[in-house]
Amino acid sequence: MSAIASALRRIGALTIDGIWRLGFATRFLFAVLLNSGQSLRRIHLTIRELYFSGVLSLLIIMVSGLFVGLVLGLQGYDILQRYGSADAVGVMVALSLLRELGPVIAALLFASRAGSAITAEIGLMKTTEQLKAMDMMAVNPIARVVAPRFWGGVLSMPLLAALFSAMGVFGGWVITVVVIGVDDGAFWSQMQAAVEFRYDVVNGVIKSAVFGTVVSLIAVFEGYDCQPTAEGVSRAITRTVVTSALAILALDFVLTSFMFRG
Amino acid sequence: MTVSAPHPSPLVSLRDVRFAYGEREVLRGIDLSVHRGQVVAIMGGSGCGKTTLLRLIGGQLRATGGTVEVEGRDVARLSGSELYALRRRMGMLFQFGALFTDMSVFDNVAFPLREHTDLPAGMVRDLVLMKLQAVGLRGAAKLHPNELSGGMARRVALARAVALDPLLILYDEPFAGLDPISLGIIGQLIRKLNDALGASSVMVTHDVHESLAIVDYIYFVSDGRIVAQGTPDEIRASRDPFVHQFVHAEADGPVPFHYPAEPIERLLGGEGA
Repeated sequence: MSAIASALRRIGALTIDGIWRLGFATRFLFAVLLNSGQSLRRIHLTIRELYFSGVLSLLIIMVSGLFVGLVLGLQGYDILQRYGSADAVGVMVALSLLRELGPVIAALLFASRAGSAITAEIGLMKTTEQLKAMDMMAVNPIARVVAPRFWGGVLSMPLLAALFSAMGVFGGWVITVVVIGVDDGAFWSQMQAAVEFRYDVVNGVIKSAVFGTVVSLIAVFEGYDCQPTAEGVSRAITRTVVTSALAILALDFVLTSFMFRG
Repeated sequence: MTVSAPHPSPLVSLRDVRFAYGEREVLRGIDLSVHRGQVVAIMGGSGCGKTTLLRLIGGQLRATGGTVEVEGRDVARLSGSELYALRRRMGMLFQFGALFTDMSVFDNVAFPLREHTDLPAGMVRDLVLMKLQAVGLRGAAKLHPNELSGGMARRVALARAVALDPLLILYDEPFAGLDPISLGIIGQLIRKLNDALGASSVMVTHDVHESLAIVDYIYFVSDGRIVAQGTPDEIRASRDPFVHQFVHAEADGPVPFHYPAEPIERLLGGEGA
């Protein structure tokens, strides 16, 4: 009986703790938004972070996009040719990338590549008292350190997702048209006819913007909130990656069910 | 060493300051004042609440009782922007320097100037090089913090702390973990910069001999209270058992060697088994 009671208590404690943290994160988001003026006025601060989280993530995003496209092309061709519609493989590749895989996988990669780096950097700055030193110099660390990193992530995510999808389509084209021999004209013209700008492309961009905001918020929050020890920073990085992944997948389901109910 | 003429009102004054971290009471009624031009040391064993005192003066923490005044203004009652306005006139040296690791030495010292002034780049450069010259590290301007020794990092942090010519400089354990040469250098710099800038300094430390050589006044803190105070000469001559234990680094005395525990006889005698 007591085992059940203690299990229940644990679940309750975890739930309350989770809700508290969600509340803190929300307040933190408002603090970041309120202190965002400087990252816009001194745009070079934000551009520097765009470089770190966006440009430096390019390689992993583009290579992964290419491979995902290659796999999609192979599997799509394998299934579609059974029904005699191998020409539609371009449509399948483009739609699955634009609607789902592009935003989701790019966001997952972004969380593990850039999100973890942001958390580690802010966490280590906290551990080595750099944030406190800044605060004592009358420079608000949320405005100077957190906000530029947040906006850098928010702005680079949709661009990275778009590049991921573009590389994926290219990979799908390489494997189906160049290697397998699907008709080039059919591949592109069917894609052109089936992909709708507002419905497919814009919705994908909205998704990646949402993911970018969530991942960036989680990354800066976990870094700022971490225990200022080596162990605390490592736990914060783990939490960034795990929480981001869960948030991306759960939000993707919610967004998809609103956007593509048919 | 100069002891400036006492200014009618002290720059920093703490009256009956109390502070607790949750249930744990750290400070139990501290009274101290820092006059203009003075270098004041706050001494005490590790974990006696010295650093907390510094954080109260800098406005990082708010006292649970009593008042902390800097320039006659209650730090706890300042709004966020007023506190920042006050901090622009304070410099703080953190225990391990807290240099920004993604910036060079030059950019670290230039940071407060670039954040708080609109000076042209040439003037920022001149000011930074002057500050670095004062701490003897002009030649290290291009290095990154990870290329500096502990003592050098502390000196760069000192140059950064005085970049805006502060009114009050706070030092958190400025001597911790330094070799004797660096220790002497930092001690001399603290005194020289204080006098050259016409600033006042508050230093939290447990390094008795270095401090006695450079400060104007010393407060001893133990168990959240001021247990002794005086000028270096008074401290050296003091017969107070706590001061004696501290100055002569004796293991046992008013500050016990043993953490409170049940008498060892009871454990060893076999009765407890």
